[in-house]
Amino acid sequence: MPTHFFGDTAVLTGRSLRHITRSLDTIITTTIMPIAFMLLFVFVFGGAINSGSDSYVNYLLPGILLITVASGVSYTAFRLFEDMKSGIFERFHSMPIARSSVLWAHVLSSLVAILMSLVVVVLVALVMGFRSGAGVVAWLAVAGILILFTLALTWLAVIPGLSAKTADGAVVFSYPLVFLPFISSAFVPTSTMPGPVRVFAEYQPVTSIVNAIRDLLTQQPVGTDIWIALAWCVGILIVAYIVAMVIYRRRIS
Amino acid sequence: MTAQPTAEPAIHVQGLEKSYKELHVLRGVDFDVAPSSIFALLGSNGAGKTTVVNILSTLLKADAGTAIVDGFDVATRATDVRESISLTGQFAAVDEILSGRENLVLIARLRHLDDPGTIADDLLARFSLTDAAARKVSTYSGGMRRRLDIAMSLIGNPPVIFLDEPTTGLDPQARVEVWQTVKQLAEQGTTVLLTTQDLDEAERLAERIAILHEGRIIVNGTLAELKRLLPPAKIEYVEKQPTLEDVFLAIVADGGKNGDADNDRGVGTDE
Repeated sequence: MPTHFFGDTAVLTGRSLRHITRSLDTIITTTIMPIAFMLLFVFVFGGAINSGSDSYVNYLLPGILLITVASGVSYTAFRLFEDMKSGIFERFHSMPIARSSVLWAHVLSSLVAILMSLVVVVLVALVMGFRSGAGVVAWLAVAGILILFTLALTWLAVIPGLSAKTADGAVVFSYPLVFLPFISSAFVPTSTMPGPVRVFAEYQPVTSIVNAIRDLLTQQPVGTDIWIALAWCVGILIVAYIVAMVIYRRRIS
Repeated sequence: MTAQPTAEPAIHVQGLEKSYKELHVLRGVDFDVAPSSIFALLGSNGAGKTTVVNILSTLLKADAGTAIVDGFDVATRATDVRESISLTGQFAAVDEILSGRENLVLIARLRHLDDPGTIADDLLARFSLTDAAARKVSTYSGGMRRRLDIAMSLIGNPPVIFLDEPTTGLDPQARVEVWQTVKQLAEQGTTVLLTTQDLDEAERLAERIAILHEGRIIVNGTLAELKRLLPPAKIEYVEKQPTLEDVFLAIVADGGKNGDADNDRGVGTDE
């Protein structure tokens, strides 16, 4: 059956990408929130935050990038939910196509849309004074971590996209994901936090991912954070993928 | 499977059962549909019509019984069944953000056909949608959407087509258009399984009508056979009044230019 998998996935990804380019407002919405946080923290709170870094924009950009991904996947869940509800999924599934390409198309277009948002956020950060002397290899490593993180959260978004009863329900799951970077090393060093909060902050996935990206961008040795970060991303990806596929199989049989 | 190419029905359903938890939707459904005929599955809301269609179009698995479509068992030869069928679901499953033409090209590509552009243009012309081809489907009227939906189902000329309540939510004009299309399909050799709760629709279109009630087919026959089930007709003299539908159609008949005039898709259904 997988004979048509790549062709069908390409056709369906083309369809989803058209949805995204024709509703640019969704990209703008997913980009505006992280940019607003960045402006707020740099120009309002930043003066009072002692991050131990020369430039607060440089310090907080990694966390902002993760918020961008988290707000982007809420639209992935939304688009998937709309397809489930409209009956077009049933039409596709009653056709002689590779069925899994229907999901993969959503995942790939989510990745493209979020990468576009990430580029916009980085450009805004550059305007606000973000600078990095990182080389090509370090930037590629940052891109790799962000792609892996996006794929992990995208498969996580597939779960509510497939199982939500309402569009709001499909989107709401991303709120805690957007909030998670606030209780991490993204905005302030974890050493300033009281006991239990600090423990949570230091052991949740966002901190290791933020630290790894920050070290790469500021040309510091990355240490073990990058491996913990990769382990988190791959772990979430695998678990979310398995759960999503179980729900998908249940929905289509 | 034994090959019986001529006598074989296009759709053969026997002892079909399906439950959702405690709810026994289908309790042993049997019927056959002859090739190139229109078969209407009649039933009230929740009778299980859509469940039957979903099983036949490989979207649902039956708990028991057999269903064979175009010679292929839906349980074991799902891929072959999908090559042979098209499903037009209860709600026009068209992509609102794409244009009408893009919708058709998308389906032609997914059916792995050569020259999807020509296929799309031919169907747009056949369904009087050429003028609206480049417009987003979200701007279409209910009738146009349904025409596009049916046009999408015809791509690849599948021998069997399932139409699940194809005229629900349509105004009378759009309904007549759909009926004409369905009749043409059967004339050209397509087998059509139609579900409806509209008795008038079943009477006008179907060669055979089956009534699904409480999970079973309680009657199955031609219209004439069904009428014979009732006591013989009494002669009564009744003044023939035009129905509201007759009045509506007579007043709004404007040569049916492209159907663009019927913007309101909520009007005049008989639910």
